[in-house]
Amino acid sequence: MQRFINNPDEVVEDTVRGFVKAHADIVRLASNPRVIAARHAPVGGKVGVITGGGSGHEPAFIGYTGRNMLDAVAVGELFSSPTAKSFLDAAREANGGRGVVCLYGNYAGDNMNVKMAIKLAAKEGIEIATVVANDDVCSAGPDEREKRRGVAGEIFMWKCAGALAGEGAGLEAVQAVAQRAIDNCRSIGVGLGPCTLPAVGHPNFLIEPGTMEVGIGHHGEPGVRVEPLKPAAEIARDMVKIVLDDHDLAAGTEVAVLVSGLGATPVNELYILNDTFEQEIAGRGLTIHKTYIGNYFTSLEMVGATLTVMALDAELKRLLDVAVDCPARL
Amino acid sequence: MQQFENASAGDIVLSIADRIIENRAYLSEIDGKIGDGDHGVNMAKGFGMAADRIRGNDMSLAEAFDTLGTVLMTEIGGSMGPLYGVMFTQFAETIEKSSAIDARTFSAMLSNGLDGIQSIGSAKVGDKTLLDTLVPAIEAFDAANTDGKPFPEALDALVVAAEKGRDSTRDLVARIGRASRLGERSVGVLDAGATSCALILKALALGAKQKLLISATAGR
Repeated sequence: MQRFINNPDEVVEDTVRGFVKAHADIVRLASNPRVIAARHAPVGGKVGVITGGGSGHEPAFIGYTGRNMLDAVAVGELFSSPTAKSFLDAAREANGGRGVVCLYGNYAGDNMNVKMAIKLAAKEGIEIATVVANDDVCSAGPDEREKRRGVAGEIFMWKCAGALAGEGAGLEAVQAVAQRAIDNCRSIGVGLGPCTLPAVGHPNFLIEPGTMEVGIGHHGEPGVRVEPLKPAAEIARDMVKIVLDDHDLAAGTEVAVLVSGLGATPVNELYILNDTFEQEIAGRGLTIHKTYIGNYFTSLEMVGATLTVMALDAELKRLLDVAVDCPARL
Repeated sequence: MQQFENASAGDIVLSIADRIIENRAYLSEIDGKIGDGDHGVNMAKGFGMAADRIRGNDMSLAEAFDTLGTVLMTEIGGSMGPLYGVMFTQFAETIEKSSAIDARTFSAMLSNGLDGIQSIGSAKVGDKTLLDTLVPAIEAFDAANTDGKPFPEALDALVVAAEKGRDSTRDLVARIGRASRLGERSVGVLDAGATSCALILKALALGAKQKLLISATAGR
């Protein structure tokens, strides 16, 4: 394993320090060193928008801190939920007196730590509403959507909620729009190669050379099938089919598309995939309003890509187009 | 009346931490088979940090549990931070007002710890989690008490049931947490949380037995 690392046990500390130095015009480190806050936060009278999650997904989660996006982010160990204390401190940093909405992914650790943070925050008069992202289609069947994991669709959820909060909407409205945004998202990942936690030193899981894992999760959670690696166009067709078969969108629906690398896939290959993605999506009678493509939500050095499709209505489309100022490119 | 002093019994928690730290690599290895392989690393980090704060401070068992629970909840995160954090915090709250700990207090402590875990998690027995160790262990301890067994024998029963429960996870399909996505592929491997829970309960039971022996000798 050849990596740019100092001490494997201090990867998160080192990442956060470098991140804050690079983006000091937009973000700051909170008094809790496991919380990143926007420079402008908290804004009095604005609903605070926060998230949190394990590290190793950069630019998620910290890179989405900024104006019209997230006010604060709780930072966990690599692939491990932040503490309840960090979620609480993120809420404190974001609290402008009208409550805080915590928009995070459906993982056991995050669910527990957020639940505890809500109790702790209530004791000091901060109301935290939540929306739990569950856009990963292959992580559970359509009848068990509440069990699905949250993946790159979270970015659309943050963007819509961040924009509405920026317009001065109340807690319930911001929570509702975040819920609608994530309900309108479906995602799928395909893995071609595994990733390694530096402190562990060997890959968490294996993907045999010449094979791929369809439906893989953001931490290497197993997908629905392992099969021989195919040409990009065939993989892309399969990904669109899985996502849209689950989505059931009427012809003519406008959608936003997000294509993200998982860390070690060259960006040009994302464009190769996208060539077919757009063709297949259009072939279903859908109109693509906007495509985001790049490394938006990674998994250390996993080789692979994810596709997220969000169905738009007039409000979501408007909110998605609101300009933001955060370290990640949006 | 078989009981031991709460005061100065904080060293039991140090021996729990020692067992976890000794098993850092093993716990990560079994976690790596169906999870992401960081269980041992995170557990050793949390228990080690707590041990550093407890050592040399002559803490009661309640104070040491509170220290451990607080460190796990505020510094560790993941799933194990809150789950074990709430368990040890509940242990501490149950016994903080008792100067001596008898089997009845010990039983109440265990069940309050379990209640704490169940208040934040949604797992049930059979889901291949630490509950598969903890629940039968508490049941065995309580059953031994009901049968009128002496406190040390009830602690032995607790350890036997905990280890049996841990071993039962080998044949279970994970239904919660990261391993649950493996479905049938999670069978054949011990659950890391159930394994660390068995280590914790055994160290706790052995520590308590030792204290009982000392107080019996002192009382003679």
